[in-house]
Amino acid sequence: MPELLPFLKELISLPGLSGYEDPAASLIEARWKPLVHQLSRSRVGSVHGLRRGSGPEPRPAILLSAHMDAIGLMVTGIVDGFLRLTNVGGVDPRVLPGQRVFVHASGAGARTLPAVIAQPPARLLPPDLGDGPVPLEHLLADTGLAPGRVRSLVHVGDLVSYASEPVELAGGMLSGHTLDNRVSVAAVSACLEELQNRPHAWDVWAVASVQEEVGLIGAYTSTFQIHPDAVIAIDVTFAKGPGSTDWQTVPIGEGPSLCVGPNIHPALHKGLKDLAEKLEIPVLMEYAPRHTGTDAFAAQVTAEGIPTALIGIPLRYMHTPVELVSVKDIQRAGRLMAEFIASLEPDFINKITWED
Amino acid sequence: MKPLIQKLTETFSPSGYENAIRAVIRAEIEPLVDELRVDALGNLIARKGTKTAGGKRIMLAAHMDEIGLMATHIDENGFIRFTGIGGIRPTALNGSRVRFVSGVPGVIGTDRITDPTKAPTLEQCFIDVGAASRKDCPVKVGDVCGFERPFLDLKKRLVAKSMDDRIACAVLIETLRQVKQSPHELYFVFTTQEEVGVRGASTSAFGIDPDLGLAVDVTATGDTPRCLKMEVALGKGPAVKVKDAGMLADPRVVAWMIRSAEKAGIPCQREVLEGGTTDARAIQLTRSGVPVGCLSIPCRYVHTPSEMVDHDDVLNAVKLLKALLSKAVTL
Amino acid sequence: MPLIGNAQLKLLERLSNASAVSGDEGEVRQIVLEAVRPLCDTVKVDALGNVLAVRQAATRRPGGKAPLKVMLTAHMDEIGFMLVAEDGEGLYRFETVGGIDLRQLVGKSVLVGREHKPGVIGARPIHLTSPEDRRRTIALDTLRIDLGTGGKAAPGERAVFATRYQRSGDLLFCKAIDDRIGVATLIELLKAPPAQIDLLVAFTVQEENGLRGAKVAAHALDPDVGIAVDSTPALDLPAWDGEENVAYNVHLGQGPAIYIADGSTLCDPRLVRFFHATAEAEKIPCQFRQPGGGGTDAGAIHKARAGIPSLSISVPHRYGHTAVSLARLDDWKNTLALLHAGLQRLTPAVLAGERR
Repeated sequence: MPELLPFLKELISLPGLSGYEDPAASLIEARWKPLVHQLSRSRVGSVHGLRRGSGPEPRPAILLSAHMDAIGLMVTGIVDGFLRLTNVGGVDPRVLPGQRVFVHASGAGARTLPAVIAQPPARLLPPDLGDGPVPLEHLLADTGLAPGRVRSLVHVGDLVSYASEPVELAGGMLSGHTLDNRVSVAAVSACLEELQNRPHAWDVWAVASVQEEVGLIGAYTSTFQIHPDAVIAIDVTFAKGPGSTDWQTVPIGEGPSLCVGPNIHPALHKGLKDLAEKLEIPVLMEYAPRHTGTDAFAAQVTAEGIPTALIGIPLRYMHTPVELVSVKDIQRAGRLMAEFIASLEPDFINKITWED
Repeated sequence: MKPLIQKLTETFSPSGYENAIRAVIRAEIEPLVDELRVDALGNLIARKGTKTAGGKRIMLAAHMDEIGLMATHIDENGFIRFTGIGGIRPTALNGSRVRFVSGVPGVIGTDRITDPTKAPTLEQCFIDVGAASRKDCPVKVGDVCGFERPFLDLKKRLVAKSMDDRIACAVLIETLRQVKQSPHELYFVFTTQEEVGVRGASTSAFGIDPDLGLAVDVTATGDTPRCLKMEVALGKGPAVKVKDAGMLADPRVVAWMIRSAEKAGIPCQREVLEGGTTDARAIQLTRSGVPVGCLSIPCRYVHTPSEMVDHDDVLNAVKLLKALLSKAVTL
Repeated sequence: MPLIGNAQLKLLERLSNASAVSGDEGEVRQIVLEAVRPLCDTVKVDALGNVLAVRQAATRRPGGKAPLKVMLTAHMDEIGFMLVAEDGEGLYRFETVGGIDLRQLVGKSVLVGREHKPGVIGARPIHLTSPEDRRRTIALDTLRIDLGTGGKAAPGERAVFATRYQRSGDLLFCKAIDDRIGVATLIELLKAPPAQIDLLVAFTVQEENGLRGAKVAAHALDPDVGIAVDSTPALDLPAWDGEENVAYNVHLGQGPAIYIADGSTLCDPRLVRFFHATAEAEKIPCQFRQPGGGGTDAGAIHKARAGIPSLSISVPHRYGHTAVSLARLDDWKNTLALLHAGLQRLTPAVLAGERR
């Protein structure tokens, strides 16, 4: 089985911002190609990998949805060679000053320019800002290049992605940007690998979905196109850490989480939970009383409605360039999905009801 | 195109009450299309041509609704309290004139304003149609009105209420007239209820199931004193949308639009809009997903009764659409 | 004539990547000692850790008078952090060392201690913040350095931003340009010393902590002239409201910055004129730093003993005291050229008259 960590590090080092996932999609396709029977892209760019099951036709299908898009920035204007920015997805401007970024310049001889996010000195900012956070509208990306050169290289609408490199930390942890949600893509890959040696009755659709961060676009459209019998969405969840200790958070390194809430089919949840207990795979409970903010929210209400579950991989410092994850949690999530899929009877879906 | 633009912008049709504008547009396009239908939400859907080899089913959407007001209460003295339909800007209300779909005109007044530096809230405004009492008032709860403001021709620049998005309706009508040859099955859709959440585009796109979607709408500009920081300006050509607050245009569609404009020598600008969205968002999310883009007409003072566009931008938008639709597309 | 080529860039890279927070400059000191020992007549490490390297004049003055003693300083230390308390599970409270804007901390990777243990400074996910929260700068006492759950460090250890040196054409993106670029410059000058003067080079400590190293170094070396070679921020960004930027300090790309006055020193006018004239004669681009606040080692040198005529010359860079600084190679080359040319021409006659 190929190592998970090198793949994940390579994957998070690719841009693939929402709407522009192609660089990530290509690497995912290469990784999945030997693991699935059929590979395609949806009309909006989600990667669909089908691994056929062994059950009789018509076979039920389960869809594993892991979004592959990354948050980032986009150029909105150019002033004296400096770039004005807007966000693609949820970016807290307070994490931006002093970050290294890449400007993906689309002008003649398109190229990637290293740059840094500049917080202009106080004299050049509105006086009422004081030492408070500088809003995104006043932050600038600086390529260091002369204004004329910038004008010819960079266009309004060009993307800006984080440039910081992944860092391995003590205790089997990895830190970097875009671990949300490439860790789940890695978990789905681990699941597909596990299934190489496991018979499974159901068809498995591995989906690396697009544009989750800007409105779950991939989840709505891929679930509609594939029309599976069940969906497991897999995404990162808030891990306890400095500044984050409330009820929305779970410990890091103690297993993936299983979500409970209106977006989640109780029987599917129970199936995963019981199986984890049986196999002694540690799992945590996570509660989403309204909107899970994940692909599960979209998948559940696709077409006539589809039973959906959500597995979370605990992640600290979400949407900062130093997101932090326990590699073990990713492996556990992959294994749990594979075991669950292998355990599915052909008529599983007919036997479950919302009242468990 | 000016008479057409005047006719379209002087018609009153707030979201959900698009009958009047639909009739105007239908009369314009009926002779030009192969098929015309109205769906359950009132979208006017016109087909021209059929898909040939290398062709696609392309949906073009311009919304025909406009922002407006809806009566919520008539007080005993005949004053009308109201709520907004779509994104109403309270700063533009006081002293404005309105016209109800029934034809009744009125003016907007406000409660006593204690702090003249602050815009009144919607709740502090009322419409006065000259009625002396509730009984005398020709307006009933639920009646809707639009802003009354005549079309203004400043030669190079044109001003009217509901340029958003009648200017795009005019662009689509003119494009329909000019496109003679196309390998595509073209759906010109005049959508409803855009201003209340891109609802008409959502159902019409589901019905049409297009291979490619293009919205035509207005966008804000950054070319007025101390305004929003934005690089779009009037007169620099129609804008190819890269992003707005609700949608990331498909990069392949953006590239196709810019390439086509450059090849045809039509000026165009790239647009990143930080607030608002268009019908393209709804089309993108339809069924299995649709590659979408949006052609924007730069427009100053959006969602006020005096929206301004540049005449050349409008003509260039037609030119660009014609160039886009006349040839096969590979994304 | 010293030039900047690959060897010099390689040395700057090593210096920039080294960790040397004020008070813990050992790592840079080792690099400096290694470089200067073969070049100098005497090399000494003093009680605070300053490296005092002396290269005597090759030629004698007529009449057997002692050569002019010129002291050059560049500080080895950088801004950074000190771990001050342990929270358990690899989490540490920390304080800042040197002037760091608290808005520059969040979302950065750091290296802790002499072993460069990787860590990160994260923040509460944007999803769990309110608009109210986002209008406030994140307080230092809520931030932690996270080494991963298995990470171990000791309070008292220093940490620096983990930024690794990156060159892109004429541009240098790295941490601690301030003042490793000065350190590298002085090493080059020691390799090609002017024949007629005694070159007394102090690689100082604790500049960022109040010019403390330079004070004792100047006393010990007792020079005739003192020149601080530092790096000064280019604040040449556009103003938020489009007004003219009148407080740019210096401009990137316009050459070495000669100081007239800063918060700590009114530079010796004879030296200011002399170096400016040298630049004009040699056609080396140079600029005056805008008089204003701030300070360099010259602030301590000029007040040492009975007073020492002093000057500061700095390489411009953007975004000092943040994770990533940005400098232009040309500015460095021109700074080295100006110092070299000036020292070649410097004679006691320059300072013969009274200060005016």
